[in-house]
Amino acid sequence: MSADNHVSLQWVRSAFRLEVDISLPSQGITAVFGASGSGKTSLLRCVAGLERPSQGLVRMSGQVWQDAQTFLPTWRRPLGYVFQEASLFEHLTVQGNLHFGLRRSAQGKAGQKHLQQAIELLGIGHLLARQVQALSGGERQRVAIASALALQPRVLLLDEPLAALDAARRQDILPWLERLRDEVRIPMLYVTHALDEVVRLADHLLVLDQGKLADSGPVAQVLGRSAANFASGEDLGVLLHANVQEFDPAWHLMRVGFPGGSLWVKDKALALGAPVRVRVLARDISLAIGPPPVSSIQNLLPVTVLEMRADAHPSQCLVRLSCGKDNDASVLWARITARAAHALDLQTGAPAWAQVKAAALVGA
Amino acid sequence: MISPEDWNAIGLTLRLAGISTLVLLLLSSPLAWWLARSRSVWRAPVAALTSLPLVLPPTVLGFYLLVTLGPDGPLGRLTLLMGLGTLPFSFAGLVVGSVVYSLPFAVQPLLHAFQNMGDRPLELAASLRASPLDAFFSVALPLAWPGFVSAAVLSFAHTIGEFGMVLMMGGNIPGQTRVLSTQIYGHVESMAYTQAHALAAGMLVFSFAVLLGLNLLQKRGLRMGP
Repeated sequence: MSADNHVSLQWVRSAFRLEVDISLPSQGITAVFGASGSGKTSLLRCVAGLERPSQGLVRMSGQVWQDAQTFLPTWRRPLGYVFQEASLFEHLTVQGNLHFGLRRSAQGKAGQKHLQQAIELLGIGHLLARQVQALSGGERQRVAIASALALQPRVLLLDEPLAALDAARRQDILPWLERLRDEVRIPMLYVTHALDEVVRLADHLLVLDQGKLADSGPVAQVLGRSAANFASGEDLGVLLHANVQEFDPAWHLMRVGFPGGSLWVKDKALALGAPVRVRVLARDISLAIGPPPVSSIQNLLPVTVLEMRADAHPSQCLVRLSCGKDNDASVLWARITARAAHALDLQTGAPAWAQVKAAALVGA
Repeated sequence: MISPEDWNAIGLTLRLAGISTLVLLLLSSPLAWWLARSRSVWRAPVAALTSLPLVLPPTVLGFYLLVTLGPDGPLGRLTLLMGLGTLPFSFAGLVVGSVVYSLPFAVQPLLHAFQNMGDRPLELAASLRASPLDAFFSVALPLAWPGFVSAAVLSFAHTIGEFGMVLMMGGNIPGQTRVLSTQIYGHVESMAYTQAHALAAGMLVFSFAVLLGLNLLQKRGLRMGP
């Protein structure tokens, strides 16, 4: 984390109080996750200067946007902002929208080049002559992102850019956001309440709870450490950063290795050594003790119990597991019935077998 | 059937309505913008003041304008000092009266247009480096165009129909302050019902056509607008 991008602020509105102190990495997507009303959008609006915090320090790549003496209005801050919906001007064409900011950004000739790069990055070249009303929801957001990017912002702020889209449109736009993450070298703050977007897109994760920072760090670390505190039932799980290690062409499987273990997953025609993100949900892990069980489940990992805790319903409990040793280890969450935990006599520090029923590749 | 004096009155009325509408649009845009966006304590009193002409009889408005703009009124003294003479019983006085009288008809449509737009387009403009003034001209005005059309048409039509204010402020001077409504009144007073009919029916048809056109336009505007 770089101290160059620092946000520290207090913002109070009636009974709600947002109080955070964070540093942003100099590139990559930092997801801001939390329930409705946790202050995610307020945080973004404060960074943008759309809200005025009573006390605050906002510094982006070394430039002060707000401190005790300074408060730059939004239009003087070199940022890009993508709103949840209505992120385009309805009275302009796509081309008109893309040029709106560019004309005002004093980039001169270089601006055209940056706009062209943004158009190519988001794949919207064929939409330029369209009326905004003729675009689909996903296309609208791609145009909105491109018009923000063309201004060479120091930070890109995205406020639930997929929230207004249906499931199919979300799948359409996700690959473009992955491209954005991999090719644009600026910090991006991405507000969302969907963990599947977090595990697929984000490098870092900030968890907000009632205006306070509950946890922060690399996504895989935060999920392994405290996912049970903020992930709702079906979403609870971990993210593993793995590499393709081996193929089994006869059975159309490939083995992906992560610190402390490996899993067999569907062969997705990737190159040997290619990085993959693997999401393993707590509901897809069952536990066994004793000699290695014989089972239809192909993925069997030797693990150690790190922690037992109650789940939302008293019939179930959550088990945090460590797979591997010391520095070469990964964390998993398993959800099992409380009766099973009692029958297996699971205790902190006890060895067990984790049977992984499903693991999803969620990107590179 | 329509005498030269009638044509005179028609011409004067159209000139008065045209000039008043222009002045009203220039005046109402910033006023409606401020009313739509301000959180000042003055917002409510100013909004109420702007709407006063909707409920007050035009004669009351006309009376107070006559008093304040007359030679002994505070504003009248000022205009005399500036060498402009006094405004009552002149065409300029009628323009001032019309602007006051039709103000809510220009402000209300604009206010609604600005309010319906919401904050989002302006926040988007700010995130794309547009200063507030720039955003007003490049985003708010174009997005509010149906409001401007309504404001212009309503101000124009309303000014054409004014009577009590004209009588108070302008009297009935041919070629200077004798407009259509006072001309009709004159015809009726002198029992010239045929001439009164011609002008009155003309105004009726005109007003209906204007409102019909406005309704059709608003429907279209809704379809095309945001």
